[in-house]
Amino acid sequence: MNDIATQNESFRAEVAQWLEENFPKALKGQGIAPFGGVEGEISIADDAAEWRDRLASRGWGTPTWPAALGGGGLSHEAAKVLSEEMHKVGAINPIPLLAGMGVTMVGPTILEYGTDDQKMRHIPGICSGKVRWCLGYSEPNAGSDLASLATKAEDNGDHWLINGQKVWTSGADISQWCGALVRTDSSVKKRDGISFLMLEMDQPGVETRPIKLIAGASPFCETFFNDAQARKDDLLGALNDGWSVGKRLLQHERASQTGARPASSKDSGSLQDLAKSYIGVDDRGALNDADLRGRIADHLMHTRAHGLTIARISAEAKGNPEVSAAASILKNSATRVSQERAELTLEFMGHQGVGWEGSDYSEDELEHVRGWLTGKAISIYGGSFEIQNNIIAKNILGLPETTQKG
Amino acid sequence: MAALNEEQQMIKDQASSWVREQAPVSSFRAMRDQGHELAYFPETWKAMTEMGWTGLLVPEAYGGAGLGYQTFGLVLEQLGRNLVASPLFASALVGATAIIQSGSEAQKQEFLPKIADGSRLVVLASDEGSRHDPKGQQSVAESVTGGYRLQGVKRMVMEGMAATDFVVSAQVNNESGASSIGLFLVPADHVGVSRRAMKAMDSRGYAAVNFEGVELAEDARLNGASGEGDALDALLMAATASLTAEMLGTAAAAFDMTLEYLKTRKQFGQIIGGFQSLGHRAAGLYSEMELTRSCVEAALKSIDDQAENAAELVALAKCKTNLFLHDMSNQLIQIHGGIGMTDEFDAGFYLKRARVLEMTFGNASYHRDRYASLLGF
Repeated sequence: MNDIATQNESFRAEVAQWLEENFPKALKGQGIAPFGGVEGEISIADDAAEWRDRLASRGWGTPTWPAALGGGGLSHEAAKVLSEEMHKVGAINPIPLLAGMGVTMVGPTILEYGTDDQKMRHIPGICSGKVRWCLGYSEPNAGSDLASLATKAEDNGDHWLINGQKVWTSGADISQWCGALVRTDSSVKKRDGISFLMLEMDQPGVETRPIKLIAGASPFCETFFNDAQARKDDLLGALNDGWSVGKRLLQHERASQTGARPASSKDSGSLQDLAKSYIGVDDRGALNDADLRGRIADHLMHTRAHGLTIARISAEAKGNPEVSAAASILKNSATRVSQERAELTLEFMGHQGVGWEGSDYSEDELEHVRGWLTGKAISIYGGSFEIQNNIIAKNILGLPETTQKG
Repeated sequence: MAALNEEQQMIKDQASSWVREQAPVSSFRAMRDQGHELAYFPETWKAMTEMGWTGLLVPEAYGGAGLGYQTFGLVLEQLGRNLVASPLFASALVGATAIIQSGSEAQKQEFLPKIADGSRLVVLASDEGSRHDPKGQQSVAESVTGGYRLQGVKRMVMEGMAATDFVVSAQVNNESGASSIGLFLVPADHVGVSRRAMKAMDSRGYAAVNFEGVELAEDARLNGASGEGDALDALLMAATASLTAEMLGTAAAAFDMTLEYLKTRKQFGQIIGGFQSLGHRAAGLYSEMELTRSCVEAALKSIDDQAENAAELVALAKCKTNLFLHDMSNQLIQIHGGIGMTDEFDAGFYLKRARVLEMTFGNASYHRDRYASLLGF
């Protein structure tokens, strides 16, 4: 065994012992529920808060971030060991959830573009899981054509003054901070007059209104800025360079979305077994619906190919999952995996797959329906399916721009 | 591309430059135009033998390099790019695998050194009807005193006209009345063996081979390491995984030709790759190619590792490459438009070769069904 492998194994033992002493047994296998779920009100159970704080005290909610800023300072290999050991005891890391967009997107971008002062002021809060971030990107008239955004930030001497409206701000109503793309120069080409600004949500000039979605819940908000203020030194990256900062952040978002998740949190059993329980099998054990069987097989093969591709791209990038154009391939592929799975599940559940509420349907069935609806957003957010294809065509294949951009 | 070791990188580079410089598609075209009897140029075969490709799989003790399927796959992918015609796959991969997996020590000593030096061509004769159906074969090897009597007709036998020996699959009836599938080594010039060329649309070498009351000794049977029954299955798994590497090369070359055309062809005053419908189609094909490559590499690795889930990964890889090569070869023609329809342009070669490769060792529905069965539904 080489030195690194030996180190990893002794670290594994250290983690296992620490988990034994610190992970509240009551949380075992409870998933995200004790941490307030992904939507709406934050109500965090006492032992969940304790677990969050203990994990944060080691920096292990953000294991690969610098220890001096509240991260764990671990290598990717050690972080993998940590995650494996946590999985073994049924523990989850709630900090990426509790920090909103902080861990997956804003934090990595601050670490890359931020000043030392910005890192000191913002990173430790994200690592603690107590400061939640949202993102102000889309606007009513700037969706896929994000560069058309109109929310304006003016230099008002000792602060920035912000006016405008954002939409599809995930968790805006429960976040403490927002990373927003704002227009700081209207006289130049659209992309050249945008800056990335960080501002506090709890102030008189910020108002949020939850948007009720087709699945019934309200995970997104409209966010209104009426003379909202931001500190002068909370501009991330250079003035009018927000387009590159914001694009980089989206690459982090895509990288975090490439692992295909089941549409529903309870959806961890095998799809084929669930299908069998609804449809039954013939003498040779084949699903009693040849067409559906073929489509489920195709879906499972695509899912496997997707997993193998993530592994291959990671291996080729030598253990550092690459944040690059390849993320666009994986995002679209992950979208297909999630949405296909949800559609097939609804289809084989038949009449039981169209329930909305009430005792005629099991909890799982209802959750599959809601998950199917929620999942329709996957091909829209983080750059739609079509935008990802534009990126692949232009950045990977070197084809000309498909649309004229101002 | 998986991370390659130094030796693999060298072999891949050698294959890539040899294919580019010595085996352009124009060479395949010349072979087709001449209607060459063997459906390959003997000098091509000689060059492959000299580069050591014929011995890639053969263990060092029998005169080969003793490398694995992942390494052989690197060569096959390059050959697939330019549709290089040769018996390399049929003999040095499939034939060699049959003997390495299931041959006795005597069979290994007799055949492997000669497969490696290219002097014998040992090919599989298994498919019979219109569909790949290894379990449903009609050929029978009847147990007789001192050996077997083989009866059957095999079709689409790869390089069947050039072969010096056949590995023939047949039902064997046991004394108990149960039947299993056995593999038998039969020299092409054996009494009772006759063959004729089949002219398939990819202009490659195929034969229909008739085994008419062929009397075989006990030791003609290949039933060494893997035992009775699963010898054909194990052979087909390794062969199928390897074929997907060649298919990936063929599809990747078709993709590259298409992308090049999208970047140069102008209509309506602009490069056609700038039209979003074509850009998105190219993006979709590229994404499928990346997913397919992951499956191919995983399948080859599972054969090298003798992994427990190899059967699943091989079914996955063949199904995925079938679907991608099918789509890619159609788009190769479609995106090139009128020129793609002309015999003078190479696109037609890729389309015809694609369909033959797709049906070889099972079409997409065969492997989809297999995958579902392996996963228990």
